[in-house]
Amino acid sequence: MATSLISSGSLTKRVLRRAVRVFDVAATPYGVDRYVELVRPSWSSTEVRAKVERVTRTTPRSVTLTLRPNGNWHGFRSGQYTQLSVEIDGVRHTRCYSMTNAATEGGGRIELCVTAQPEGRVSQHLLRTARRGQTVALTRAQGVFTLPEVEPEHLLLISGGSGITPVLSMLRTRCALGWTKPVTFLHYALTASDMLYRDELQVMADTSPNVRLVRVFTDQPGTGDLDGFLSAAQLDGAGVDWAAAEAFVCGPTPLMDSARSLFDQADRADHLHTEVFTLTQFAAEAGSVDGAVRFAESEIGRESDGTPLLQQAEAEGLKPLHGCRMGICHTCTRQLHAGVVRDIVTGELTNGPDVHIRICVSVPVGDVEIDL
Amino acid sequence: MTTVAEAHGLTPVQLDALEVELEALRARVVSQLGTEDVRYIRRVIRVQRWSEIIGRASLFLGFLPPFWLTGVGALSLSKILDNMEIGHNILHGQYDWTNDPALSSTDFEWDSSCPAKGWQRYHNYQHHTFTNITGKDRDLGYSVIRISDETPWSPANLGNPLYALGLAAIFDHGIMLHDVDVAQVREGKRPWEEAKPALRAGLKKSARLAFRDYIMWPAFTGPLFLLTLAANALANLIRNLWAFIIIFCGHFPSGVLEFTEAECEGESKGHWYFRQMLGSGNITGGRLFHIMSGNLSFQIEHHLFPDIPARRYQQIAPEVREICQRYGIPYNTGRLSRQFGSVIFKIFRFALPSRRKRTGSVPPAPRKEPVELLAA
Repeated sequence: MATSLISSGSLTKRVLRRAVRVFDVAATPYGVDRYVELVRPSWSSTEVRAKVERVTRTTPRSVTLTLRPNGNWHGFRSGQYTQLSVEIDGVRHTRCYSMTNAATEGGGRIELCVTAQPEGRVSQHLLRTARRGQTVALTRAQGVFTLPEVEPEHLLLISGGSGITPVLSMLRTRCALGWTKPVTFLHYALTASDMLYRDELQVMADTSPNVRLVRVFTDQPGTGDLDGFLSAAQLDGAGVDWAAAEAFVCGPTPLMDSARSLFDQADRADHLHTEVFTLTQFAAEAGSVDGAVRFAESEIGRESDGTPLLQQAEAEGLKPLHGCRMGICHTCTRQLHAGVVRDIVTGELTNGPDVHIRICVSVPVGDVEIDL
Repeated sequence: MTTVAEAHGLTPVQLDALEVELEALRARVVSQLGTEDVRYIRRVIRVQRWSEIIGRASLFLGFLPPFWLTGVGALSLSKILDNMEIGHNILHGQYDWTNDPALSSTDFEWDSSCPAKGWQRYHNYQHHTFTNITGKDRDLGYSVIRISDETPWSPANLGNPLYALGLAAIFDHGIMLHDVDVAQVREGKRPWEEAKPALRAGLKKSARLAFRDYIMWPAFTGPLFLLTLAANALANLIRNLWAFIIIFCGHFPSGVLEFTEAECEGESKGHWYFRQMLGSGNITGGRLFHIMSGNLSFQIEHHLFPDIPARRYQQIAPEVREICQRYGIPYNTGRLSRQFGSVIFKIFRFALPSRRKRTGSVPPAPRKEPVELLAA
């Protein structure tokens, strides 16, 4: 099995959880969870929460967290991500991070590597404040960017910057599974000191069979194994047999675009797998009305006309619960799955994923998706 | 016919200026929201959860009077905190900005027979949007108590004091039925089909809570079944009486004005603010009193900014009062005994027919001077 799951908690724990459900009636209307968390914040019968077991800072701009999730975590396939929530100034923020450890690793632990983005509220916060013993909220593993179950003839893992995380997990899993067919690990970093997991990758390349490590430091030509950006010429020059490989790419948009056009031209699009590297930032210009609105639950899409989402939903024949239509009563509060909205009263911008907005006073700025 | 605004000498331009001032105040508070507010509400929730645990646990020794009394007290405290400072305020969306599911107005459920969703629809929307507009704000006397001249008198109103007492005793059920709008169904103004799902949800929740308080926990205490049942019933009663007192003091002490539908037709936001100020009354008291009343003792501030965390009301109250003074808008505040005394007076007074004819006009209000309208 290429993608073994981490075991989902012992039998006793499951029995305990059953019993808890009976007592939920006695604890109406909150449920037992809300009481148990008084003494054990990482315990929950439904939510995935994790305790931070170790915090390491390997590069100046990144922090690596080892987490131990509670029994609601059902393991992951290498390449998948989890949505991690932290609280900053009283507000809960959620971001996606890929697991970096091997999916075969026992003990139910996961490792996340967070690189501070210049404007990244969550990443900067974690870099500054992450500490051992802290509890964070997670979601179960998500995503279809995963290592295939059958070993490919040639595995090509391409990453840029902090996009290294899912493909690193793939490489570690591949080695843990004892696979021996050729792997090329091609990584782009700004400089050698920015490269995440640099030493560990070197060790893996030296000790594992058939692992080739190719490093490119785009800001320091001549210091890596190759120079420049992803192209057919670059790969061919290095002798990477990319046209016969199963490729997995994660990194900044230009890298992804290059990879796509490369594989499209070679008619190998089926063998290219990509993962979005950062959340797409929509142009949040005041007054812009262009964009698509998607009502996820009713599976309706439309071109935004710049009016509040409530009005646009009604124009599509939906009847969302609402009240005052002036932002007072919160009856129309809904989850914004993705995108940015502007509050027409305060002018404030709010961006997803998964924040609550009042749709009667929220106009979309660019593409949005909402749980309607 | 003079409108309430005209009676207070307020022009539309002044109302617009009022709006600008209040919006600025609101923006300032919103920009200050943060860790402190979240920490506060979580602390209140923790106290509530622990008092629930202590209350339930004490009743296992309920045959000893001190434990029985502790049980009643702790459970009353838990239910009051849940309904007032926690439930009411979270369901208003006061903590939605935290984006924490546990504090979210869409997910929260409280320890009241009235399901959160139905309550939000009627309370947050009808009551807060149409505050004290006769005929539109059904919270005016909760359809059973005649509380104003604007409601025509009928002999049934003679029972006003009795109805009030009955409503107070089963206040949470009263609110549940009120939200289902049984009165309107009875009068044929609301189709039964529309009320049915709401009623079913309400009854289901009441049954669940009744099972918890009157069967399950009493059964857990075995031979003390009846003692536990009595303690739980008493705690529910205390919570209901308290909620009734606070809520009736918020809108019905003398000095609070009612509006007609006509004068609120197409009103400006400034007029809406003005109406909120006149439609509400505050109660003075200490810190604990304000927490126990869910800060609804700052009913005026709550009605101006229903979705700002309630602990902030006390901070902005002096400013709101100063604004009221400048605009010549009465700021209705007083001790609990005085405010509730005037509510009781009204309940008795309006059991009887009104002396003057219903004109739809309003009593003249004092202008441009510091005013404190108190029950005489």
